[in-house]
Amino acid sequence: MIDTAGKIEPPVRAEFELRDVAAAQFGEVERPLSAFERVWNQAWVRRAAIVAFLALAWEIYGRTLDNPLMFPPFWDVAQALWHDFVKGPLLSRMTTTLQVLILGYSAGLAIAAVFTTLAVSTRFGNDLLSTLTAMFNPLPAIALLPLALLWFGLGIPSLVFVIIHSVLWAVALNTHTGFKSVSETLRMAGQNFGLRGVAYVRKILIPAAFPSILAGLKIGWAFAWRTLIAAELVFGVSSRSGGLGWYIFENRNLLETANVFAGLLTVIVIGLFVEGVIFRAIEARTVRRWGMQR
Amino acid sequence: MPDASRSAPPILKVDGVTLQYKTTEHLVTATYRVSFEVHRGDRFVLLGPSGCGKSTLLKGVGGFMTPVEGTMSLNGRIIDRPGPDRMMVFQEFDQLLPWKTVLQNVMFPMECAGKWRGAEAAERARHFIEKVNLTKFAEVYPHMLSGGMKQRVAIARAMAMEPDILLMDEPYAALDALTRRKMQEELLELWDDVRFTVLFVTHSIEEAIVVGSRILVLSPHPGRVKAELNCHQFGHTAQGGVEFQTLQRRIHDMLFAERIEAEAADAHD
Ligand SMILES: Nc1ncnc2c1ncn2[C@@H]1O[C@H](COP(=O)(O)OP(=O)(O)OP(=O)(O)O)[C@@H](O)[C@H]1O
Ligand SMILES: [Mg+2]
Repeated sequence: MIDTAGKIEPPVRAEFELRDVAAAQFGEVERPLSAFERVWNQAWVRRAAIVAFLALAWEIYGRTLDNPLMFPPFWDVAQALWHDFVKGPLLSRMTTTLQVLILGYSAGLAIAAVFTTLAVSTRFGNDLLSTLTAMFNPLPAIALLPLALLWFGLGIPSLVFVIIHSVLWAVALNTHTGFKSVSETLRMAGQNFGLRGVAYVRKILIPAAFPSILAGLKIGWAFAWRTLIAAELVFGVSSRSGGLGWYIFENRNLLETANVFAGLLTVIVIGLFVEGVIFRAIEARTVRRWGMQR
Repeated sequence: MPDASRSAPPILKVDGVTLQYKTTEHLVTATYRVSFEVHRGDRFVLLGPSGCGKSTLLKGVGGFMTPVEGTMSLNGRIIDRPGPDRMMVFQEFDQLLPWKTVLQNVMFPMECAGKWRGAEAAERARHFIEKVNLTKFAEVYPHMLSGGMKQRVAIARAMAMEPDILLMDEPYAALDALTRRKMQEELLELWDDVRFTVLFVTHSIEEAIVVGSRILVLSPHPGRVKAELNCHQFGHTAQGGVEFQTLQRRIHDMLFAERIEAEAADAHD
């Protein structure tokens, strides 16, 4: 409506007030979901469906291609996997790899903890960590392998060295960033309760920075896993008890392509397990439960 | 009301305190030679316009800042560090520890300070959670609470510690008018019950008169003492009354006169 002065005026409407709002007016208030809807709402069901679909596509493609040397069908790979797991060397290869991995990963975390503790408590430590991460974080761990071989020789110490390098900087950087972004209010609250020093770091800083710390742990894990498999591929040849990387390399030399795929599948499955089960469980129990992450 | 000159010595003594912030480029003086005394059972309000240094003063009393001039002492001891004898309720909603439930949050400072432990701490915590009407939410994590509820948890947490003095920095500023009024009433009821000592910061004249028993009026930046007024006789019920409005008017003029002067000065620059 436009009045005489040309300004817009909203129209004046009648007032009303509703006395009784009957429940019937809401339409569908509550309805149980159908069985299919409930099952399909589970993320893992949908993901499993995707995996099953991929396996099927693989199988069909492999069969039509009919070239087991280049691309064996899914069923052959599954059989090779089962066989090598039960009777062959796959299980022992896997345990070797995991042992080295856990050793390197925990050593990396321990050193990262020392560095970040230094960094939050002194300015020198802060500068040291910032400089070192800036220098070494972009350096691929595998590039250090020749040097590691020179220093530590063939064997586990070299592998542990490169894993530490791949874990340390990612974890230290994330943890440090997490500590620095803890809100001023939380810090003051912690100090207000009389917390100081180690107790303050343990009871306030670490839980408050936990989303970043967890992200660092995940990145560190992925880096370590990749670095280790790659390193094993490079020099598994002469170590007596090789790992998964060596298993893949060995079978390629024997032209056992199905076993190469079996080795790759094992790498994928372990990665999925750690990411999807272990880290997910930690997340659900911590940051997601606390509402710090969705 | 007992006569101040004859009763016990003040709990908190702030004497000629100047507080400054040093940034890389500036030196900001937040408060200049502020003095006041808080007695046991006081609901002492720091009132002043935004930016006059109320939060800074509270942080000083909390032990988070050291004065460049003057002294602050609690029960005769110079304040030199934060501690659980002065519990702070912050203005921000993120003061609760998100990784602890409401109950654990209230228990946490008690256990940190070692004042109460285990079952005893839990019992105290439940008692104070009940006092702020959050019994149903004791096992809930803070992210599932509304802003007002979080603030109430923070108040319960602070009070459960039985601090010598409770420091509250505009605890209700971010709440809607209705909730704020309810919380003010709750605070007064609690005070009637427990008789704690509180130093309360606000920039609302009305809130100052309703909540406080004594008001320290601060001038705009940098904060200096402008007046100290009594208002223990006013509560929510007195709000419409003539005396209430007279006092409100008086404080308003006090603050407003400053602002007019400041604006005039700005205009000259
Ligand atoms: N961290 C800081 N660094 C530098 N200057 C600061 C800092 N915090 C506050 N100030 C300055 O100190 C003065 C007082 O700030 P303060 O936060 O105490 O005000 P306030 O009275 O609490 O205001 P409000 O009512 O808006 O919360 C302001 O001029 C502000 O610019
Ligand atoms: Mg403030």
